[in-house]
Amino acid sequence: MDLVTFGVQLLNAIQYGMVLFLVASGLTLVFGILGVINLAHGAFYMLGAYLAYWIAAYTGNFWIAMAAGVAIAFVVGLLLESVFIRRLYGRDHLAQVLLSFGLILVIDEFREIAFGKDVHSVAPPAWLAGSIQLTDNLSYPVYRLAICVFCLVVAALIFLVITRTKIGMIVRAGAENREMTRVLGIKFDVVNRYVFAVGIALAALGGIVIAPISTVFPGMGDGMLILSFVVVVLGGIGSVAGAAVGALLIGLTDTFGKVFFPSVSSILIYVLMAAVLLWRPNGILGRREV
Amino acid sequence: MSNRLMLPVSRRALLTGAAGAATLAVAPALRSPAIAQNAPLKVGLMLPYTGTYAKLGKFIDDGFRLYVAQKGGKLGGREITFVQVDDESKPEAGTDNMNRLVGREKADVVVGTVHSGVAMAMVKVARDTKTLLIIPNAGANDATGPACAPNIFRSSFSNWQPNFPMGKVMYDAGHRNVATITWKYAAGAEQMGAFKEGFTALGGKVVEELTLPFPEVEFQALITRIASLKPDAVHAFFAGGGAVKFVKDYAAAGLGKTIPLYGSGFLTDGTLEAQGAAADGLKTTLHYADNLDNPANVAFLKAFKDKTGNVGDIYAVQGYDAAALLDAGMTAVGGDDKARDKMIAAMGAAKIDSPRGPLSFNKAHNPIQNIYLREVRNGRNEFVSIAQKDVDDPARGCKLA
Repeated sequence: MDLVTFGVQLLNAIQYGMVLFLVASGLTLVFGILGVINLAHGAFYMLGAYLAYWIAAYTGNFWIAMAAGVAIAFVVGLLLESVFIRRLYGRDHLAQVLLSFGLILVIDEFREIAFGKDVHSVAPPAWLAGSIQLTDNLSYPVYRLAICVFCLVVAALIFLVITRTKIGMIVRAGAENREMTRVLGIKFDVVNRYVFAVGIALAALGGIVIAPISTVFPGMGDGMLILSFVVVVLGGIGSVAGAAVGALLIGLTDTFGKVFFPSVSSILIYVLMAAVLLWRPNGILGRREV
Repeated sequence: MSNRLMLPVSRRALLTGAAGAATLAVAPALRSPAIAQNAPLKVGLMLPYTGTYAKLGKFIDDGFRLYVAQKGGKLGGREITFVQVDDESKPEAGTDNMNRLVGREKADVVVGTVHSGVAMAMVKVARDTKTLLIIPNAGANDATGPACAPNIFRSSFSNWQPNFPMGKVMYDAGHRNVATITWKYAAGAEQMGAFKEGFTALGGKVVEELTLPFPEVEFQALITRIASLKPDAVHAFFAGGGAVKFVKDYAAAGLGKTIPLYGSGFLTDGTLEAQGAAADGLKTTLHYADNLDNPANVAFLKAFKDKTGNVGDIYAVQGYDAAALLDAGMTAVGGDDKARDKMIAAMGAAKIDSPRGPLSFNKAHNPIQNIYLREVRNGRNEFVSIAQKDVDDPARGCKLA
């Protein structure tokens, strides 16, 4: 493999990792801060992509689709939290798995009734639709590069909110010691609601951003859900920075695995996960339980 | 655009219609007490009515019923009733569903299905119970290979068929070094294997066989690999959402200009709308083209449109031909399906004037049919030429003499 091809593959790996991070960040927030295993995360990713397709078809504008799709997902997240999810805090994981699996079925059925089961595609905004010539015969869509930048911005925003704002402080305190935070008179339940809604909105945002380079189809959330969990476990549950590291590692392993070891590429990321967990049982940036 | 957004309405109407049709179909069976000869022939439709392949299942169902309706609801003078089972494309439930049709529902003939894994489960039950089975889609080579049986027919294709002729097409286009790409699973291996067989026999070389796990859709690494390999051309097989994404990614990488993309016909069938301009000019081989200009196809497309409001496709044709094949057998025995040997002989010898062109059957009961070279133009798979006439599957491993 010459240097240029290697560079392009590296770009592929990073870009794939960025996308994985965007989707997994919401999962790690909900998992790490609320302690809730949300199996329906992939379903919300799919729902986001279908919303993007549907709203873009109506309005012809990708940005409106993005804003409206995220807003809808956020509101749905708020409603779900106040009706269902808040009953799950402190329950064992089986109850959480049961409820969120039920959510997958409901969302799938809703998608079928509302949007049907056809495969769709979404056009990227016109000014991002071009491509850049990389080698003599290979060009790279500008939209893919834009996704990298966008994901970096989202990552920075999440990081700033969690480490530099009062809300972030409450969130961190609540994750540390729920009861003590309540005792101090902080309305932790309200914060929970928003954390969950942000998690759902991030899943949908992932689906919306990816829709133009992916296609919109019924089973698209299934594979993404599994990958997101691998990212979260690899990086350390609840750690946003860990999710970024985990996502990049998986992007690299998957891309170069497909190139160098095609016959075993499907298991390489799980081998990576097993190896990392042997080395650090709580994930790369996960904290040790006290 | 607007009709796309109205999908929910049409889908509900469709379900109501299907339920209504099912009720109508079952009702006469309940009324007439069974006098073996005069009782209607019960056809079990085991198809995916929900899930990823639901649209394919519906079109096969519509095609089959269209043929029966054109014959006044009778085949060989015997009235036809239907019982339908949704196989959901779940191989693990295939044996149970098939047993239910054969055992409890006492279906005389079973027609199904789309998914190869489910179809192979059905083949096993059909072999054990000697039930007459017509496969209207699933392409697994084995169904008319090692697992072939006198009572098992296929009205569609084997995975080998549409791909073998592509070898000659690409060789004749001047390509000598070709890379293949597909999912790493049975259908992908069978399709690419047949292409390689046809291509290397002429002296072409397959420089790399790229695969990725089914049903993954992250193609970028392999597309970059193709760019650095610089083959003369690429032959691909994907289906559904994966096909759309691959065709779009390939076009977005700008590779189509220097390394033309060819495909098994399934790459562009049923998802052209979503593929959009990225698919323009893509050449594929299949046993059907959307604008085949023969009288049977023109009449079929019109009748299908009148009855269902949809534009017929290859799946509808395969369902339609499954009924035509059953008709050939039933006509030969005057509607008495107990004269099994004579009926099977007549079906095996059937010459059907199918919308896809002339259709007959080999010893293993797999279709002998033309394979067409098509090109994507105007959002359709338009006819270019006959890639190979009367393509017969080698039926490797079949012991039927």
